[in-house]
Amino acid sequence: MTDYNFAYLDEQTKRMIRRAILKGLAIPGYQVPFASREMPMPYGWGTGGVQVSAAVLTPDDTFKVIDQGADDTTNAVSIRTFFERTAGVETTTATSEASVIQTRHRIPEEPLTEDQILVYQVPIPEPLRFLEPRESETRKMHSLEEYGLMHVKLYEDISRHGHIATSYAYPVKVEGRYVMDPSPIPKFDNPKLGDMPAIQLFGAGREQRIYALPPYTQVVSLDFEDHPFEASKADHACGLCGATDSYLDEVIMDDQGGRMFVCSDTDYCEARRAAGHKGKDAA
Amino acid sequence: MYVAVKGGERAIESAHAWLAEERRGDTDVAELSIAQIREQLKLSVDRVMAEGSLYDPDLAALAIKQSRGDLIEAIFLIRAYRTTLPRFGASEPVDTGAMACDRRISATFKDLPGGQVLGPTFDYTHRLLDFKLAADGDVPEAPTRESTPGDVPHVTGFLNREGLIEEAPHDDTPPPDLTREPLEMPADRALRLQALTRADEGFTLGLAYSTQRGYARNHAFVGELRIGAVAVEMDIPELGFTIEIGEITLTECETVNQFKGSKTEPPQFTRGYGLVFGQSERKAISMALVDRALRWEELGEDNVGAPAQDTEFVLYHADNIQATGFLEHIKLPHYVDFQSELELVRKLRREAGADQVQEAAE
Amino acid sequence: MQVTALSGGFDNPAIGSAHAFRSVMEAMARPGSVQDIQGAVPPAPLTVAAGTVLLTLCDTDTPVYLAGKADTDDVRKWLAFHTGAPLTGPSHAMFAVGEWDALMPLDGYPVGTPEYPDRSTTLIVECAELEAAGATLRGPGIKSEATLSLPETRAFQSNRALFPLGLDFIFTSGDRLAALPRSAVVSRSSSEAVAHRGDF
Repeated sequence: MTDYNFAYLDEQTKRMIRRAILKGLAIPGYQVPFASREMPMPYGWGTGGVQVSAAVLTPDDTFKVIDQGADDTTNAVSIRTFFERTAGVETTTATSEASVIQTRHRIPEEPLTEDQILVYQVPIPEPLRFLEPRESETRKMHSLEEYGLMHVKLYEDISRHGHIATSYAYPVKVEGRYVMDPSPIPKFDNPKLGDMPAIQLFGAGREQRIYALPPYTQVVSLDFEDHPFEASKADHACGLCGATDSYLDEVIMDDQGGRMFVCSDTDYCEARRAAGHKGKDAA
Repeated sequence: MYVAVKGGERAIESAHAWLAEERRGDTDVAELSIAQIREQLKLSVDRVMAEGSLYDPDLAALAIKQSRGDLIEAIFLIRAYRTTLPRFGASEPVDTGAMACDRRISATFKDLPGGQVLGPTFDYTHRLLDFKLAADGDVPEAPTRESTPGDVPHVTGFLNREGLIEEAPHDDTPPPDLTREPLEMPADRALRLQALTRADEGFTLGLAYSTQRGYARNHAFVGELRIGAVAVEMDIPELGFTIEIGEITLTECETVNQFKGSKTEPPQFTRGYGLVFGQSERKAISMALVDRALRWEELGEDNVGAPAQDTEFVLYHADNIQATGFLEHIKLPHYVDFQSELELVRKLRREAGADQVQEAAE
Repeated sequence: MQVTALSGGFDNPAIGSAHAFRSVMEAMARPGSVQDIQGAVPPAPLTVAAGTVLLTLCDTDTPVYLAGKADTDDVRKWLAFHTGAPLTGPSHAMFAVGEWDALMPLDGYPVGTPEYPDRSTTLIVECAELEAAGATLRGPGIKSEATLSLPETRAFQSNRALFPLGLDFIFTSGDRLAALPRSAVVSRSSSEAVAHRGDF
């Protein structure tokens, strides 16, 4: 294998992806089909996000990759190394220093700015897929704005459990038109999707879809008047930094049922600790 | 005291180093050469080329070596390499009628122009482990004879002359290309065939087998199976004519299927088609059966709800690189999603528990 | 400088187009914002901005319509050499380039289908001037409202009425560009702007 192009993809592929991104921005929440390429990492491991990042990055960017909120998880490390190698971009773990952030399953705690782009890795872009497995059908449903099935499903949850039993990949409606899958972020992150100053791009490689939310787009989590949407998280403070406003991971400490809660956003947690905040389990 | 996990980068590097060591195995044993794999594991090489959609035996052999013999991993390596190659153009359609056949059999006619040629087949070998191979691999030379000159006509052509088999009119429409455009439904036959030729062999075999067992049975006879080399020609606009740019080995299967007629078609035989890189006859036959099953709509047959009739189901799940990636991605961390599920289940249980207590009190 | 068919491409295609795309993307994501863009030097009468957009987004897969004065022999040759994009009429164009009047009528371009609203033309409108003043814009990408010097307003209101179908516009002038996606709600002044946000 010899030299690869800047950011790995050939120019024709990048143009195809770039055209899809522009259409995605023009029709917020609509899934634009694109001819996803085989990437040197497996489908389902962020190939959509990687292709979008590759089409968006310039050598002047500072790139951050998080998986489950953390910069140091193995797949985040692998993707960050890929772009260091193929695009020669600067990388960072600090949210505020990054101009492009690729993420899997989280939105950073620190509010993003107009100078940033958030690229999501998406496994199943179709919010209606688990109600209707056929692409030809779901595409029709979107075109007719026929979202009754989704409401029925959510309402069945309520009648059975008293709650909507969807805790992540919680569907949203964009600008009153398209129902969109926000990728498997916890519903705790849903309120951050709307009115965000940064551009949000979503890439699903295996399913060959790109979609987008321009800045300051109206994004509403689906709910009912008598059962309003509720962003939830573990009812604890971070054991390390004491934060009460961040999404928490549960860590099993021993086999006696001992556990603690820590920020899933590692950069957020580290910055707080550096600023002197301390949780109850901090050394 | 808890310290957040660090060291993903070091863990990855160490894992890769260990993998490289394991791949090599015991260094007292001679290392495999690419040529050895190419020559002696040819059917593996052929499968990797077929499902990798790249005809290059040396690269396929390299991929097999690098992947420790995991063929889906090797196919993945080839696909990822293929996608970076510039595309200079498209070849002319290959002429399988002019194939230099190593093997050519028909199950529908005892003898026919061009003859039955068994070729290098496992058929009729007794599947007994050959312990001699473990010691020495010397083989006696196989007998040879002069090949019959001239093209070998297709069996379906004979049936066509009598009007007994459906017409397959010549069509110069450029076929769609699912490696360049997103897969879209409904998929026409050319697109379905492209998807099937690079589809996972096992998946295709299972689907084909299901049609034989009654899930959209289509009564297939192997009209013809041929394996051999064909010339690849390309029109070079700068030259103003077509030149031969190389030769590839293909396996082609044409099935002849019983058909009682339908609302739109008279009783006649119909066709299923399989064409695969290399010597891959299990795959070519499977492909032809699945192709035929997927044609129910254009032939006016009933949809009996069989998996092999369902274009979306077949095409969206036939690609082993897509499938294995998504399947294996559930190994990746899902702490965040799982945490939100934990919270939800705890909450639901709490409330269910509370309800029970309340009921007991009433 | 005399521009020939062979000159006027990106010095470094991968890097040049990456920077140019970011300008186009920022423009499309933030309707009304005016972005700098450069990299290509197309033959007259194309502006640097229009030429750079074409080189960034077009290739053999994208039929292009050259409207009015943009349809010159030099432009044809330049576009063919650098992109290989096939030339076509409005009804099959993925991209169209020219001055506003030459691009008319807008109903000659594909606006997408209900199932694939993305299959619509992007019009690159060459403008004598371009500034963040004039018509009022609201919608996705705009915090409260933005202003942009548009050639007119009614055409964009009719286009918005087709949403999610519709055309998308890139306005080019010299080495600057702005964009107006179909999602934008255009009015003459802020007082006339209508609330577009639907209720869920």
